[in-house]
Amino acid sequence: MDFLQVILTLDMTIRLSVVLLLACLAGLFSERSGVVDIGLEGKMLIAAFASAAVAYESGHVWIGVLAGCGAALLFSAIHGIASIIYRGDQIISGVALNFLASGLTIVIGDAIYNKGGQTPVLTGSARFEDITLPFADAVADVRLLGPIYSELISGHKSIVYYAFMIVPVVWWVLYRTRFGLRLRAVGENPASVDTAGISVYMMRFKALAITGILCGLAGAYLSTAQAAGFGREMTAGRGYIALAALIFANWRPIHAMGACLLFGFLEAISNLYPNIDVFGLFTIPVQFTQALPYILTVVILAGFIGKAIPPKAVGQPYEKEH
Amino acid sequence: MDKMPRWADVILVPLINISLAFIAAGLVVMAIGQNPLDMMYYMVKGALGSSSGIGYTMYYATNFIFTGLAFAVAMHAKLFNIGGEGQAIMGGVGAAIVLLAVPWPHWTLALPFAILGAAALGAAWAAIPAYLQAKRGSHIVITTIMFNFIAAAIIGFLLNGWMKDPTTQNAETRNFGEGAHLPTFHEMLAPFGIEFSKSAPANFSFILALVCAFLVWILIWKTRLGYQIRAFGWSPSATAYAGISSVRVTIIAMLISGGLAGLLAINVVMGEQERLIKEFVEGAGFMGIAVALMGRNHPFGIVLAGLLFGMLNQGGFELLWEMPDISREMVLVIQALIIIFTGALDRMTRDPLEKLFIMMRNRREAA
Repeated sequence: MDFLQVILTLDMTIRLSVVLLLACLAGLFSERSGVVDIGLEGKMLIAAFASAAVAYESGHVWIGVLAGCGAALLFSAIHGIASIIYRGDQIISGVALNFLASGLTIVIGDAIYNKGGQTPVLTGSARFEDITLPFADAVADVRLLGPIYSELISGHKSIVYYAFMIVPVVWWVLYRTRFGLRLRAVGENPASVDTAGISVYMMRFKALAITGILCGLAGAYLSTAQAAGFGREMTAGRGYIALAALIFANWRPIHAMGACLLFGFLEAISNLYPNIDVFGLFTIPVQFTQALPYILTVVILAGFIGKAIPPKAVGQPYEKEH
Repeated sequence: MDKMPRWADVILVPLINISLAFIAAGLVVMAIGQNPLDMMYYMVKGALGSSSGIGYTMYYATNFIFTGLAFAVAMHAKLFNIGGEGQAIMGGVGAAIVLLAVPWPHWTLALPFAILGAAALGAAWAAIPAYLQAKRGSHIVITTIMFNFIAAAIIGFLLNGWMKDPTTQNAETRNFGEGAHLPTFHEMLAPFGIEFSKSAPANFSFILALVCAFLVWILIWKTRLGYQIRAFGWSPSATAYAGISSVRVTIIAMLISGGLAGLLAINVVMGEQERLIKEFVEGAGFMGIAVALMGRNHPFGIVLAGLLFGMLNQGGFELLWEMPDISREMVLVIQALIIIFTGALDRMTRDPLEKLFIMMRNRREAA
């Protein structure tokens, strides 16, 4: 494998990691507040559809993104009403929302566009454009650093840069603000937060709103940046990989970025080099590379390497004393 | 004293919830400019209007009964087995290995061994998350989800390699052969002079599913093990105090659960496809959660809920011909809404109803 191939693999890693990263940070807010979110997949899917459809109709990608966030917020609201107000089972609610998204995207998409659930291909301003950073062309021929700058760092969609910029912001919000402190407390010991006079319900709803917006961005990226339009089931399990990355990162934002880059790298490898020949001794089948994120997560969960410690109150509905 | 009479708890609340789900689904249908009543009519007609429709309904119901029972057994121990999908996939691998290994002379010989193969691999696939939950405290919801994806990778690998039929391009095994053919309802009913659709895939597995439902009822409510499972579900600390090993109960409940999920393969892989293909579970593992939920984890309820979901599935195909403007995925929307209203939003109807019943009772006692 030569240098340029390495650069191309890493470039693809970045492109594929963005969806995971946004979804993973989305899940981080929800789970840190004590609400399990199996429904990341569904929220991304409905957002991907809404973004693509609205971007196509309006011709403006950012209006599409707004619509995507709106759709994901709506799903978040249903999840919140079910699991916060009515203290329903959070996993059942999440599973149901995933089904709902799979069904609705195709029923509505098929009714409007009659293309078996697909939206028409997005072109021009209905799609995110690649951004060429300053001097990218000028330095392209410089040895080593040239390709790294012009191929790997430059030439992505704007949303890619935003996604990575969100990571330190999330870290700051979580560990350096009053909101972050309360958010973490509400996921560990909601009763104590309640005693301090802060509404547990409100905190969790706020967290779910952020989850919705971030899932909206993830879905919008999928259909208006990574692809040019919506295709049925286009999230293809990425919501679950993001969930795995969240566990892998032990519910911490900076580590989440690392986990998403790792899982994105594995996806890039399985796309570019399906069967890897190891010194002619044996081949690593593509299915192994694809399953590796899940296997690694199980190993982490089992506590053989490191130990995943979820927020203490995660999954438990909070019932206020009367 | 109970807050509500039993009939309200078991019949009224689910009925209201399902009605709400259908109303919500009707709104979706109206939003895309179609008539929801027409849709309902064609779906019921498609599911029950012909012996072929009934045969398909029973075929789908068989899958849902197996996965619903699987989820329910684990749920009685308060274990959330969301891995029915992966356990069913591995069940398919197990059944296929058994059916390919021997040139079976007759299905009555092949079936017990295929059941063993399917149940064994399904159970094995549930055993690892069970062990990790019991011994290492790894959350079973997450590990079983991960195991679904790992199972999908394994079957993909096997069907492109060791188990692949070299004579075709497709990722599938060779046909199991005549001796492994399960009788269909057409073949079972013909000797009695009853004409049943030849094309419908409903087969002997439906009877197997009913037998399993009966056995699960005996297990959960009539045996010591079932008592331990339920006790563990109510209070793990109390069962530990009573000297029941939580590791043992967790692992046994999950083994039974995984085994039942694996039996889905008997219906689909052995009964219908007669070879192993990749995407044969088609979400039935996940749908088992909804079926168990609606059936309130009781085998009788699960059989009824399984039939309802089977009807929906088959009725959805009828839409393809009668109302092509509604895509088949409408079924998924209805099923999702049923899960939301009967599962996640259950308290939305239950709480006000409880208040109503208590109010009525107080008034009666005051009078």
